[in-house]
Amino acid sequence: MSVELSGGQIVVRCLKDEGVELLFGYPGGAVLHLYDAIFQQDDVQHILVRHEQAATHAADAYARATGKPGVVLVTSGPGATNAVTGIATAYMDSIPLVVISGQVPSAVIGSDAFQEVDMVGITRPCVKHNFLVNNVADIAETMKKAFHVATTGRPGPVVVDIPKDITDPKIKVPYVYPESVNMRSYEPPREGDQRQVQKAVDLLLSAKRPMIYSGGGVVLGEASEELRTFSRQLGYPVTSTLMGLGAFPATDSQFIGMLGMHGTYESNMGMHESDVIIAIGSRFDDRVTGKLADFCPYAKIIHIDIDPASIAKTVKVDVPIVGEVGIVLKQLMAEINVNGSRIDTEALAAWWDQIKEWQSVNCLEYDRESELIKPQYAVEQLYKVTAGNAFITSDVGQHQMYAAQFYPFDEPRRWINSGGLGTMGFGLPAAIGVKLAHPDADVACITGEASIQMCIQELSTAQQYQTPVKIINLNNRYMGMVRQWQEFSYQGRYSHSYLEALPDFVKLAEAYGHVGMRIEKPEDVTPALEEAFAMKDRTVFLDIITDQKENVYPMIEAGKGHHDMRLRVASGTPIDRELA
Amino acid sequence: MRHIISILIENESGALSRVAGLFSARGYNIESLTVAPTDDVTLSRMTLVTRGSDDVIEQIVKQLNKLIDVVKLTDLADVVHVERELMLIKVRTEPSSRAEIKRMADIFRGKVIDVTSNSYMVEMTGSSDKLDAFVAAISTHHIIEIVRTGATGLPRGSGSLIL
Repeated sequence: MSVELSGGQIVVRCLKDEGVELLFGYPGGAVLHLYDAIFQQDDVQHILVRHEQAATHAADAYARATGKPGVVLVTSGPGATNAVTGIATAYMDSIPLVVISGQVPSAVIGSDAFQEVDMVGITRPCVKHNFLVNNVADIAETMKKAFHVATTGRPGPVVVDIPKDITDPKIKVPYVYPESVNMRSYEPPREGDQRQVQKAVDLLLSAKRPMIYSGGGVVLGEASEELRTFSRQLGYPVTSTLMGLGAFPATDSQFIGMLGMHGTYESNMGMHESDVIIAIGSRFDDRVTGKLADFCPYAKIIHIDIDPASIAKTVKVDVPIVGEVGIVLKQLMAEINVNGSRIDTEALAAWWDQIKEWQSVNCLEYDRESELIKPQYAVEQLYKVTAGNAFITSDVGQHQMYAAQFYPFDEPRRWINSGGLGTMGFGLPAAIGVKLAHPDADVACITGEASIQMCIQELSTAQQYQTPVKIINLNNRYMGMVRQWQEFSYQGRYSHSYLEALPDFVKLAEAYGHVGMRIEKPEDVTPALEEAFAMKDRTVFLDIITDQKENVYPMIEAGKGHHDMRLRVASGTPIDRELA
Repeated sequence: MRHIISILIENESGALSRVAGLFSARGYNIESLTVAPTDDVTLSRMTLVTRGSDDVIEQIVKQLNKLIDVVKLTDLADVVHVERELMLIKVRTEPSSRAEIKRMADIFRGKVIDVTSNSYMVEMTGSSDKLDAFVAAISTHHIIEIVRTGATGLPRGSGSLIL
C-alpha cells in the first residue's frame, strides 16, 4: 500500500525511512514547501544553524562522530553557495553527507532568477556525485541513490538539488521508498585480490625495518579493530596520519605518533629509513609525504585503499590492494597465518632499538617552566581533565596540530577536524554536531581566536539547542600558523597575521547566554578546565591567553623530505642537522 | 603518448560536463572529444583523445571510472582498433585550381559535397593523421574554414566495449 505524498513530504519521509534523526539546515524561498513538510512531522529533528556553512560542518561532524551520514537542507542561491565550503570540507575528508538544496522553479532555471545558482555545476568538483531532480516521481529513488552513494565505497558528499515546483504541496504522487539500489555504473570494491594479498604478506614478513602507516580510511571503514589485531600480530611500529588518529590507540607503545609535516621525529625518520611500508586507508597526502623525490627512498610500499584512484596518484607503490580496509586486513591476517615465512624478530628488535633512539630526542618537548601559558600545556591539561575520553573538534592552524600532538586518542571517531581542506570555522559547528550525536559525552572544540571568529555565530545555535560544548580558545593574538610560516620563510614579516580589535570573548560568550572565562596564567589552566567541565549543562568559552611566539615542532618545511625536519632549538643549538 | 579513451556513460544531462570538468580540474588535456547516444538510449558513447605519460593516463582512466555516471571505459590505444574522424573543409577555388583540388580530394578518398563558383566543400573521413595530411597537401590553396569531429573508434574483431 502506497500513500500519496507531495514532493516536500516525500523528501522528509525519505529521510525518516533512511533512519535520519537530525537534519541541519536553514530555510529560504526555494525550500519553503520542504520546511512546511518538516513542520508537520516529528520524526526528523531539524537543527536551525545561523549560517549554511555551519549546517554542513555540523552534519559532517555528526557523521564523523557516528559513522552515519550527515544531512543538510539549504535554500537555493546564497544558501547553496554558503554550503559549498562545508561540502568541499567533507569531500576532501571523504565524509558521507547528503545535502539537499532548494532550486528555483524548473520553469525559470537558467533565467538568472532570484536566488538562482547552478548548484549542480558549482558543486561538481567537490562532491562524490550530485543530482538535479526533474520529477516528483523521481525523488524517492534519487534520495535512495544519494544515501547509497554517500555512504558506500569511499564515502563522500552528495548534493540533491530540488527545484521548488517539485516540492509543490498540490502535486501528490504515490510514495514508496525503494528497498535497494541498482546502479550499473557504481559498484564499490570489497575483497582485495588474493594474489596481491599473498604478495603483500611475503613482503611484510621479509621486512627488516617495517612501518604501518594508517590513515583516515581505517576510521571511515570501521576497521580499527582489524588494524589493532593486525598490528599486534606483527608487532611493527604504527604511525598515523592526522585523519587516522585514534584508529590505533595513541597510548599503546607500538604507536610512535603522527607522521608528516608536524609528525613526530620517530615517525618521519621511521618512514624515511623503512624498507617495507604498508599504507592502510591513507592517501599519501602532500602534508604527509613532504618532498616526493625524497619520500621513503628505501621502502617497498603496500597500499590498501578502496579508491583505485588513490593508488599510485602521487607515490608509486609495489603492491596495490583495492578493497575495503577491514576486509583486506582480515585477508592479510589469514594469509600471515598460513604463510611459511616468519617475522624476522632479530631485525625487528634492532629496528625498535633504532626507533627508541629517535624517540629519545623527545621531539614534542616544550618549555614547561614558561611564565606564559604554552598552548601544548593547555591541551595536555585538557587531556588530563577529560581523562582522554572527550570528543575533540578543532579548527585549523597551530592549535589543530597541538591537539593532534598532545591529546592522544585511543578510540576512533573522537578526533574531528578538517584535515584535507583545512577549513577555518569548522570547529564550533562541528562540536555542536558531535554533542547532538553524543549528548552524554564531553565535547571540546580546540580553536584559536582567528578560526573561532569564522563561525562564531553558532554560539547562538549552541544556546538554542542546549549543546554544552567547551570551547578551548588558544588565544595568541595571531593567526599562529601563518605567523609561524612568516617567521620561518619570510624573515618575520608578519603580514596581516596579527589580530587586532579582538572582541572580549568572555563578554561575547555571555552575550550569547554562555559562560565565559579568561585564563592568563599557567597555574589557572587546570582549575578553569575542571570548573568548565563540571558545568555539564553549560557551554563554556575558555579564552586561554597563550604565548604569542610559540611554534609547532617538529616541522617539515615545504619542499623538504621526512629526514629533513626542523626540530625545536634546544639551548641555542639547532639539533636537526646533526640528527638528520 | 596519444590515447583514445572510449567511454560508455549514462545518457543524462550533465554527464558530459562531469567528464570535461574532471579534465580541467585535474589539469589533463583533451585533444578532442566526441559524444552521442548509442543504440541503447540510456547510454552515450564518448571518445576522448588525450596525451600524457603512462602515469597520467592511468590516473585519467581511474578518475573517469570513479565518476558515478561512467559505466565502462577502455583505452583503444591498448588494443588493435579502427579510428575515424570526419572533416568538412571549405577551400577557395580559382578557375586554375579547381581541377587540382578535386583531384587531391579524390586521392584522399574525399567527396566534394558543395560547390560554388569560387569554393568547394570537401567531406573526408579517416584517421586523424590522414586528415592532417590532406590539410597539409592543399595548404597552398586558400582554406576558408575547417570543422573536424575529433576521432572516434572501435576495437577490431570481437573485442568490444558493451555492457
